[in-house]
Amino acid sequence: MAKAKAKTKTNTEDYLRMYRQMVRIRTFEDNANQLYLSAKMPGLTHMYSGEEAVAVGICEALTDDDRITSTHRGHGHCVAKGAEFKEMFCELLGKEEGYCRGKGGSMHIADQSHGNLGANAIVGGSMGIATGSALRAKLNGDDDVTVCFFGDGATAQGLLYEVMNMAALWNLPVIYACENNGYSEYTKTEEIAAGSLTARAEAFGIEAFKVDGQDVLAVNDLTQKLVARCRKGEGPFFLELETYRYHGHHVGDINREYYRSKDEEKDWKQNRDPIVRFRGYLVEQGIATEEEIEAMNAEIEKDATDAVAYAEAAPYPDASEVDMHVYAD
Amino acid sequence: MREITLSQAVNEALAEEMRRDPTTFIIGEDVAEAGTPFKVLSGLVEEFGTERVIDTPISEPGFMGMAVGAAMTGSRPIVDLMFGDFIFLIMDQLCNQAAKIHYMSGGKLNVPLVLRTNLGATRRSAAQHSQSLQALVAHIPGLKVAMPSSAYEAKGLMKTAIRDNNPVVIFEDKLMYQDKAPVPEEEYLIPFGEANVKREGSDITLIATSSMVQVAEKAAEMLAGEGISAEVIDPRTIVPLDEKTLLDSVKKTSRAIVIDEGHQSYGVTAEIASRLNEKAFYHLDAPVLRMGAMDVPVPFSPALEDITVPTPEGVADNARKLCAGELIHAA
Repeated sequence: MAKAKAKTKTNTEDYLRMYRQMVRIRTFEDNANQLYLSAKMPGLTHMYSGEEAVAVGICEALTDDDRITSTHRGHGHCVAKGAEFKEMFCELLGKEEGYCRGKGGSMHIADQSHGNLGANAIVGGSMGIATGSALRAKLNGDDDVTVCFFGDGATAQGLLYEVMNMAALWNLPVIYACENNGYSEYTKTEEIAAGSLTARAEAFGIEAFKVDGQDVLAVNDLTQKLVARCRKGEGPFFLELETYRYHGHHVGDINREYYRSKDEEKDWKQNRDPIVRFRGYLVEQGIATEEEIEAMNAEIEKDATDAVAYAEAAPYPDASEVDMHVYAD
Repeated sequence: MREITLSQAVNEALAEEMRRDPTTFIIGEDVAEAGTPFKVLSGLVEEFGTERVIDTPISEPGFMGMAVGAAMTGSRPIVDLMFGDFIFLIMDQLCNQAAKIHYMSGGKLNVPLVLRTNLGATRRSAAQHSQSLQALVAHIPGLKVAMPSSAYEAKGLMKTAIRDNNPVVIFEDKLMYQDKAPVPEEEYLIPFGEANVKREGSDITLIATSSMVQVAEKAAEMLAGEGISAEVIDPRTIVPLDEKTLLDSVKKTSRAIVIDEGHQSYGVTAEIASRLNEKAFYHLDAPVLRMGAMDVPVPFSPALEDITVPTPEGVADNARKLCAGELIHAA
């Protein structure tokens, strides 16, 4: 299978695209949260805000042929892998033009055209799917890589250890990307995870890395190297990305001081925000001016506002669609 | 016509389809050199190699999930689940993932995979290796469920299953692996959703699945000697279900017994009986009877186990009573 050359981070364009993608995720989430708070969105959603450098750092090291599996907290992965606001907001609002014709919603967005095999509402539910995609690549001699995103909470699922074992036995081109945001739903990770997460992967002989998930360049740099090694048959790999979710477990989880303090949230937002950090770097390195960045932010904000307005006005699927797509032809 | 065993029929179907389609592979426990404990897959690894006949660790959710991912990205995996009872181990991957992905993605992603497994008690294997769990998966929209009743069906249904673009669960009766039946040398497929009228009759319809087709046929033979003409129908797939053939028969005979080896309560027999009641009510001269396995875990002792499953004598007895108008209020 022919592949585009993996993107490099060595030029201005790539850096600006990474910044743009992180801002697009944050902006998407801010708008999604507003839709929830104003009761315009059916159901709930799980915000990715705060974790942008993880999805962008990883997905910018992938091509459209590379696959990802995503999670219930999946909007970030979806945007980072190339999805459009319009189809995403339509999906969140259950509209016909959504990526899944309104049948999946926030927790099941899939974007086949960019290799996103879908968000998954079962915690850890996509670990088998990601590993199977990698098995298919190996059997067919395809050189694409699959990244399996999951949270720290999902490391408590037995499936992870079954598939890591097989991936290691068979050298599959899969990267297990554990987004450790410190909380397993409403419980501190230290209360649910014994020992070290990377050591669990290492027990299978899988090379494991701990990386600052708030540093998009660090994430991207490491992922590029691992993706290249996966393509040479040196996979699998395990990444633990230390990150933080700014919102609660979901948008409705507002009063959360019983499990984490406002001071802690403030500290991450003020001192470790991935977008603020990278913006400072871009200006400092002379890659962009404050004005250029502000203009980019404004443009993204407008894209999001337009997409929300479009999605709000878009039609729902016809009732006749309810029993379509139960079975494929 | 030549006769081959059910085991050989399955093996032939797999080999033919694997020759035809290089995206197919078999994955499961002890499928390669061992050829499974029932030896159904013997010889396949020699022809297709360990890359396409893949032995896994004892990790049912793991390899089931991997089959889903491979299917979503262009392969056609054939998953071998050593015992039907292990379906409970893979429920999330089968029912939350495989069954729903096509729908949840608005039709964009397909999951063309086959889950081969088995059913059937009376093998003295006790409660965790003897269950017939087809009702569990038939309950989940997005899965198709095939239940071959002989070597002929086993081959034709397997080939159709492998070419289907959906997840298909095939239950083979593990007590029938050595049973022979006529199977053509030339290629054939059996379409899903087409019931087979195994024996024509006019007094009562016996609708039976998989292992219970033989039971129904034996009962029909006994009844024939007593002047009761029983029609025997094998639905062959319970999802999709060929309602029309079943209804046409019941409208003709006015009586029916539905026989399946799964537990009777909330089971396959209940579903089929209910559809007949809803759609052929005015044609019925007696309540539609269900005959499933007893609602007990399958016991080990032969003295107990044999009591739990429907028998030809039991079916014939109920048929006699229905035809004599004795069970009007028994349903």
